[in-house]
Amino acid sequence: MTEEIIIAGFGGQGVLSMGKILAYSGLMDDKEVTWFPAYGPEQRGGTANVTVVLSDEKISSPVLDAYDIVIALNQQSLDKFSSKVKPEGVLIYDTNGIHKPPTRDDIRVFPIDAIGATLEIGNPKAYNMVVMGALLEVMPYKIPMEMVVKGLKKSLPERYHNLIPLNEQAIEKGRSLIKH
Amino acid sequence: MTGEVTLMKGNEAVALAAIRYGCDGYFGYPITPQSEVLETLEAEMPWETTGMVVLQAESEVAAINMVYGGAATGKAVMTSSSSPGISLKQEGISYIAAARLPALILNVMRGGPGLGTIQPSQADYFQATKGGGHGDYHLIVLAPSSVQEMVDFVALGFDLSFKYLTPAMILADGIVGQMMEKVVLPPQRPRRTDEEVKKQCPWAATGRTGLRKRNVVTSLEMEPALMEVNNHKLQAVYHEIEQNETRWEAVGVEDADYLIVAFGSVARICEKAREQAAKKGIKTGIFRPITLWPFPKEELLKAAQGKKGILVVELNAGQMIEDVRLAVHDSLPVEHFGRLGGIIPSPSEIVDALQEKLI
Repeated sequence: MTEEIIIAGFGGQGVLSMGKILAYSGLMDDKEVTWFPAYGPEQRGGTANVTVVLSDEKISSPVLDAYDIVIALNQQSLDKFSSKVKPEGVLIYDTNGIHKPPTRDDIRVFPIDAIGATLEIGNPKAYNMVVMGALLEVMPYKIPMEMVVKGLKKSLPERYHNLIPLNEQAIEKGRSLIKH
Repeated sequence: MTGEVTLMKGNEAVALAAIRYGCDGYFGYPITPQSEVLETLEAEMPWETTGMVVLQAESEVAAINMVYGGAATGKAVMTSSSSPGISLKQEGISYIAAARLPALILNVMRGGPGLGTIQPSQADYFQATKGGGHGDYHLIVLAPSSVQEMVDFVALGFDLSFKYLTPAMILADGIVGQMMEKVVLPPQRPRRTDEEVKKQCPWAATGRTGLRKRNVVTSLEMEPALMEVNNHKLQAVYHEIEQNETRWEAVGVEDADYLIVAFGSVARICEKAREQAAKKGIKTGIFRPITLWPFPKEELLKAAQGKKGILVVELNAGQMIEDVRLAVHDSLPVEHFGRLGGIIPSPSEIVDALQEKLI
């Protein structure tokens, strides 16, 4: 098993921290992991992305040009990365603000209303965990939920551990957005 | 956290490895993409636990001269910076090398020249391996390709540096500095006591007691004949390092038709390119110099035997390729592929370059 994933969106959407929680979840499940951020002058409102690789084997490159799963959280990211999904791969995108949806028919495409789902939960900070839920639902490698919770504990500072149930709720909400 | 597998950035890992090595002092000045080294040390507050000094100096020049001073007293001291900051430190590095002191310097390279960009680069290869500062000197240069090697090379760098009384440099880049990977930290070693320092570093300026001869740490020698002797002593040490300390890694070299030579994080991207090339029926092997100085020339020459060509891949316009050519002479074609100014090549670009230039 090797999952090569890129998560791309606006700075401030929690792209990097979602990648970190994903990487920690894999680590807790005894996988090899790499997490490589686009660490440019990214800031709230600018673009940000992170490449996460989860594997049973030693990982070669942390930098990739084709992905098993692309998660695009804005139009720029969709434009930039939808062509980089491997054939038969997965593209998840948030439909909000998208005026030019993807057209590829050789991949599995999952449009989700992650902003709408987050508003229903009532805490905007849960946005990235809604997206994480959608990812966990479609990713062929099934990370056990207890490992995800462990991953959350490892990546969140202790003062935020009281928010873990909210994050779990957001993940479940995200899972329900995927229509198989 | 001893023995615990954890996830961290290369920069954070260096900071924790330094504390665990029993490092006595870190002197630095922030610059992207390596500011997490200083930040992590400040957050860990090792002065409360091991007694390690962590100081944000007023400038890079001040930081390297604090390292010079600390090293002169036999302490295990280090600094870190990124390309433009390392340029500022060169005078001090030359002095430290000339005074025959141990020190560890980390360069997390970014795109240059000038202030350049904060994205990854390997364009300081010449600076690190061919001098950088003035005079005939060398640094022991270690090039990590993973976060684990960032950890391991802190101890290795200090150990080699103390063994040969020659400063060591970890030449990393923004990829290794910024990426997070699984890492196992070594157990905490105690810092050396003053008595141990006096015993292990009889040359150090530790305060003259009893009838011991005065220890003078200096790079200055006004008498040319004596300065030549000092130079010969340095050269003898460099020769010994070249004989004993070359390190490298070879992947799939024996069955390969073509060799890819790359260092640091780029070697990892080349491993992916190797997988992609194999799918096209092109058999490649990867030769990764781990010590950039001393360069593993004999090992490379051996690995190149019977191959159809070498592609050197670097995040620069062609620097290590000179050492590769010197190592293999004209025995086979040697070509270069590089991206500049902070651009990271993709694995498929590397395969394309291999096909265009050599096949």
